[in-house]
Amino acid sequence: MKAWVLARREWRVAFDTPIAYVVLALFPALTAAFFLLMGPFFAQRQASLRGFFALLPMLFILVVPATTMRLWAEERRSGTEEILHTYPFRVRDLVLGKFLGAWGLVFSALVLTLGIPLAVASLGPLDWGPVWGGYFGSMLLGAACVAIGLFCSACCRNQIVAWILGALVILLFNLCGSAAVAAAMPKGLAALLLQMDFGRRFESLHRGVIALPDVVFFVALTALFLIANGLVVETRRWRS
Amino acid sequence: MDEAQNLSSPGSPEAVAGAGPPVVEVRGLKRSYGPVQALCGIDFRIDAGQVVGFLGPNGAGKTTAMKILTGYLAADSGCAAVCGFSVEEAPLEVKQRVGYLPENNPLYSEQRVCDFLNFAGLARGLNRLQRRQALDRVVALTGLEPVFRRPIGECSKGFRQRVGLAQALLHDPPLLILDEPTNGLDPNQTQEMRQRIRELGTEKTVLLTSHVLPEVEALAERVILIHQGLKVADGLLNDLRTGQSEADQGLAFRLAIRASTADLQRFLETHQVEAVEVVEAPWGRPDLAAVQARVEDWKAWEALTEAVVQAALPVVEMTPLPSSLEAVFQRLTRAGESGLAQESNDKGGPR
Repeated sequence: MKAWVLARREWRVAFDTPIAYVVLALFPALTAAFFLLMGPFFAQRQASLRGFFALLPMLFILVVPATTMRLWAEERRSGTEEILHTYPFRVRDLVLGKFLGAWGLVFSALVLTLGIPLAVASLGPLDWGPVWGGYFGSMLLGAACVAIGLFCSACCRNQIVAWILGALVILLFNLCGSAAVAAAMPKGLAALLLQMDFGRRFESLHRGVIALPDVVFFVALTALFLIANGLVVETRRWRS
Repeated sequence: MDEAQNLSSPGSPEAVAGAGPPVVEVRGLKRSYGPVQALCGIDFRIDAGQVVGFLGPNGAGKTTAMKILTGYLAADSGCAAVCGFSVEEAPLEVKQRVGYLPENNPLYSEQRVCDFLNFAGLARGLNRLQRRQALDRVVALTGLEPVFRRPIGECSKGFRQRVGLAQALLHDPPLLILDEPTNGLDPNQTQEMRQRIRELGTEKTVLLTSHVLPEVEALAERVILIHQGLKVADGLLNDLRTGQSEADQGLAFRLAIRASTADLQRFLETHQVEAVEVVEAPWGRPDLAAVQARVEDWKAWEALTEAVVQAALPVVEMTPLPSSLEAVFQRLTRAGESGLAQESNDKGGPR
């Protein structure tokens, strides 16, 4: 499968640049630090990973756009886009390949955090059901964030701008269900925005309730941004 | 005289072999970048085995046409096809048949040469064995062994250019499109690159651009000249050259003598040397005088040199004038907007 060829390349190139190391070192370290040391974990005296998963949407705001910022912006800046487009890839192979490469990196970062539930389980009885639900939800949340970050990268020529833009859009999805937004918006819109809030959607998943609407929400959002990404890439053939 | 007609008949012996569709066929291709019209409808076809030089001033539309042929850019209208496959309708078929070395040769500088070529092979759909064979072949062909395991970003310009050529050759495509293949190379590297292109031209169809006209003269058998998005000339190199010298008295040699212009004129009259032309002295020096003669006029040239030698005149310079291709290029591309339309009708109108 052609997308897989590109996904493997992007994965490997991430290790040729500092990005993979930063993400893979920083992400588990940050989650562990925030959850175990700075959070109320020890005060609660309860073997639960609730606090750990509650952190993830916020950390994804910073970390996930870092895995995607390079993917299109750097191709455009260096002109290698031209090479890529003259290889026999369909646009959907290109978008999917880059998405899978970055998602794979997010997956690895999550795998590296498995030490945290193991550590918690050694301290007390841990209910693993919500943990697996939480990791499943994290992958869905990660997919949506990767798709958003990738789309932002396709719109920029500069990696840093792509990172900031991606972080900003993901931040908006995290804030849109907040009380402040609900107060400022008309009722109907506020209700809709509440449905789109990442934190709220993700919370029910990591409680161990894998509800179809939440799954569909993240999958649909991912698909939407990937399709938009394909359109941006395709339009550039006509307009650049 | 319609030079374009010369090429539809198989002008080169190789062209006879290609009985199928032409390797490249372009009809009415148009493309604009915002308000700038880069291609205003060009047509050409290239038969198998030809090496074609694609010429034109900067901004003429050469690179745009190449980018459309490789499927990177979309055309506004018109059609382009490679080996009978339309660029728009069967892009993957086209991309499998084209090897492309883009202008400025963009490469993934953080990847190692071997990793990048392996990726290119995978992208081309080669399996493990085919990739190994293809890599061995192109690495030997382009001499990449010394940098095979080095990051591309650390390679010199010459090696980078070879990497670009290697990735274009990996899948053994029938058509090679090379945009400024020798740009930025030192004279030795340029020579090597030309030698490689010459070898490749014996088995593949090659479309190349270059700013160095003698290079095109040395490599290509046919030239397509475009200017401001229109094709202004298209023909076998020899036809273009002769056509030029008949029409414009293309000049071959200039002889400068230390004498006044009046003295030189008197000398020519007394020795009855005709068909040579007294021209302005080189470097604007008043103590020199110069004549030049056409390349076909060997008799005039012989008469002149003989007279000069017999009279033991102090010759200070004997220079070949710009090649006739250069003269064609200058004449057709210096024509302002006014003269252009007519030129294009005369020279390269759609067949």
